[in-house]
Amino acid sequence: MPTLTIDDKQITVEPGTLVIEAARKLGVEIPHFCYHPKLTVAGNCRMCLVEVEKFPKPQISCNLVATEGMVVKTQSENAKKWRKNVLEFILVNHPIDCPVCDQAGECKLQNYYLSESVKGSQFEEEKVHKPKRVPLGPQVVLDDERCIMCSRCVRFCDEITKTSELGFIERGDHVELRPFPGKQLNNPYSMNTVDICPVGALTSEDFRFKKRVWFLKSAASICTGCSRACNIQMQSHEGKVYRYLPRQNDSVNECWLCDAGRLSYKEINAENRLLHVEKSNVDLFEMISSDQAIQGIVQALQKLGTENLMAMGNAQSSNENNYALKKFALELNSKASFFFSKKEVPHAGEDDFLIKADKNPNTFGVDQLGFKSPLNPPLIKGGRGDFAPNIVFILGELSESDRKKIFSQEPTLTIVLASHRNETTERADFILPTTTFAEEEGSFTNFEGRVQKFSPGLKPRGQMRPAWSWLKEIAQGLEKKWEVNKPEDFLKEGFGLSYSDLGSFGKII
Amino acid sequence: MEKILTQNWSLKDSHTLKVYESTGGYQTLKKLFKMKPDEVIEEVKKSGLRGRGGAGFPTGMKWGFIPKDSSKPKYLCINADESEPGTFKDRYIMELNPHQLIEGAIICCYAIGAKTAYCYIRGEFTAPIQRMEAALQEAYQAGYLGKNIQGSGVDLEIYVHRGAGAYICGEETALLESLEGKRGYPRIKPPFPAIVGLFASPTVINNVETLAALPYILEKGASAYRQWGTEKSPGTKLFSVSGHVKKPGNYEIPLGYPLKKLIYEDCGGMRNGKALKAVIPGGSSVPILTREEAEEVNMDYESLASKGSMLGSGGVIVMDETTCMVKSLLNLAHFYAHESCGQCSPCREGTGWARKILERLEKGEGSTQDLQVLLDIADNMMGKTVCVLSDALAMPIQSFLKRFRGEFEEHIKLGKCPFRN
Repeated sequence: MPTLTIDDKQITVEPGTLVIEAARKLGVEIPHFCYHPKLTVAGNCRMCLVEVEKFPKPQISCNLVATEGMVVKTQSENAKKWRKNVLEFILVNHPIDCPVCDQAGECKLQNYYLSESVKGSQFEEEKVHKPKRVPLGPQVVLDDERCIMCSRCVRFCDEITKTSELGFIERGDHVELRPFPGKQLNNPYSMNTVDICPVGALTSEDFRFKKRVWFLKSAASICTGCSRACNIQMQSHEGKVYRYLPRQNDSVNECWLCDAGRLSYKEINAENRLLHVEKSNVDLFEMISSDQAIQGIVQALQKLGTENLMAMGNAQSSNENNYALKKFALELNSKASFFFSKKEVPHAGEDDFLIKADKNPNTFGVDQLGFKSPLNPPLIKGGRGDFAPNIVFILGELSESDRKKIFSQEPTLTIVLASHRNETTERADFILPTTTFAEEEGSFTNFEGRVQKFSPGLKPRGQMRPAWSWLKEIAQGLEKKWEVNKPEDFLKEGFGLSYSDLGSFGKII
Repeated sequence: MEKILTQNWSLKDSHTLKVYESTGGYQTLKKLFKMKPDEVIEEVKKSGLRGRGGAGFPTGMKWGFIPKDSSKPKYLCINADESEPGTFKDRYIMELNPHQLIEGAIICCYAIGAKTAYCYIRGEFTAPIQRMEAALQEAYQAGYLGKNIQGSGVDLEIYVHRGAGAYICGEETALLESLEGKRGYPRIKPPFPAIVGLFASPTVINNVETLAALPYILEKGASAYRQWGTEKSPGTKLFSVSGHVKKPGNYEIPLGYPLKKLIYEDCGGMRNGKALKAVIPGGSSVPILTREEAEEVNMDYESLASKGSMLGSGGVIVMDETTCMVKSLLNLAHFYAHESCGQCSPCREGTGWARKILERLEKGEGSTQDLQVLLDIADNMMGKTVCVLSDALAMPIQSFLKRFRGEFEEHIKLGKCPFRN
């Protein structure tokens, strides 16, 4: 294992480690544009030039393997000068349109100019002009004048998705990024190119011009698009989610996200979010207070008794909410039946990278709690037969088949704890508006049994509450004593895990 | 002096197998196949032959880098992408004596254990391509190529690959990329082609002229080759002389030959009675020499280095007193800006930037500050990119401004080019 010196600090690294990575381990960030740890080394931006003792020429630290006794200087006068000069070159034909550029605030070029250069340009000539606002595909827009030809996006399409849509045409300072003839940047992961573009050349059709990035606040969350449960930064401002960015977890999604998952944030902001408690009254729903709802439900349960109680969990909801539902139902009736519903997407495909056919983030967790799916044996067995539920507690949205099966039995009392108004809530006697994962704390267990925590990015609106909180209140109304007060308590009781057990990258169970 | 490369050029049908064989062509192979590959490499090392493409790297040493124990196939790439402005030697070797190149390629392939060679020829070289293809066909028919060459058990296939028009594809690793069907971008090194070359296999890339010198070295021996040239620059070399001389053309002379003699005797002196002003001695990439320097220097690697220039590819560009140095440098900048592959930031932006400044200077719209910016650009490009294309403009900028600064200042002062009305 070679030991090298970087800026007077020594570090011992694995053989084969690149100097740029060795420096990172020491907390030294060597400025770079084209280097990306998940892509092959291109070495074209020349920003990461460093001075190395006994080397006559400047070296790019992204292609320099650390060797025993190597002495690297990233802060020498030469190294600083080289970076400054590379920046000057890169800015020669750059439009420097930061005020109208979506990347401003998270732009490597802007940041390095401020940290490494802040000098006026000597360039007085006419800049090269190139195409602007070029749609590369359905999700990605190119401004070729901002492109610094780092080739990260090209390498992403060659090496990660292996779809090879992009290449460079022309030469010298007339080089332009283009999809190959007859191709579009339309692979299922195309928006990752926007993430890895170090400048404002590639912007997201969905996000561009929606929000200045410095207003956004991030929450460490989990994508609910499929059972991979990719790690994300949920970015929001004033109660509205604007985008997901991948959050690196090498065991789950590395630093990538699929486009479908990335755009699934729109559900959180949807118009049909439920904000109020509602009670069915003949053909209409009337708004009632939370207390009225709890009282009403408690009274109905006391009146009806809890024979034929059914609890419908949901693979879209957290371990904590599903466990709360299980606990609740078992305390009411130890013979209650437990099923769960899930989002069903016809012809949902999967690939050998991230996308899974199961479009639910928590099928594993719900299944582990003992909820069954599909609804089996069938409820319809000579009409109101043995399995016909009298009282149903439903978490989230039912699949179409589950909905038909349950409501054909005409249950006496249907309580729906849901975040969105939909065909399931239409059939409810009581609608209890819940938070989604975006507004609550909790965990999902992904397809391989990895339990991962998510944090809230938004504050709950209106009367919405986490499902576990509603259930706890009703249980208390029924004089049940619940010693669980926060999501983590439910995880502990239901799964024997604390949030610290999950760490930053989740825990396989 | 004995000619090693051009001895057949004046013969009728010199490009045919018949004529080549009549002058002893392919006879070296008998000797070759009796030698061990290592002995061949050793002989080439002893000869002191240096790469004739421009870098002057010792050929035998380059071959010695090919790993002996690799399970991968090994390749020879013949660099026939001759594109350096001022250089026009390889095309004539291919046109006038292609079999000598093929024989040289066989020697190299035998030494390094390659069974496949690719001849990457500049796309515009229509006649050399035709001659090479015809010569390869003759060589296959005569059993000098293909399976079991001359009963030796040695196999070799040579393919011609036509370039698509990019100077950068003469850079050896861009050549490999292009040959693999990719955009002609030079590769970052390490790894070097000897380890990871064509199709990720050990590869030697040799210039046409380098390979053409091999039959002589093998036949007559390293010491015979060394009787020509100097101790550190042995052998003969082709110099392509262009510009304001009476007899431009290719001249095969021993290394160490005085440039003054080449210009004033071999090339018949300056045209139209004009005086010599400057010489670019080794292709457009190398630093320019003043008349005084040119008249003192000898044409070998060390002597040219001592004058601050390089032997390069041997393209000697001779300029007389009517030549505008600003216009000449602009011409070079235009070339390098056009041919920069655009991969590395300093070269992509620097070459184009320099061209724009020089355009203004030539029109008389420049300022003294521009000269400093030009020097900054050169300094900031030099040695900071994947390949040396940026150096190839940086060196002319630096040398033109060092040796002919007055002429640039005159353009600024007059507000026009003094060489134009």
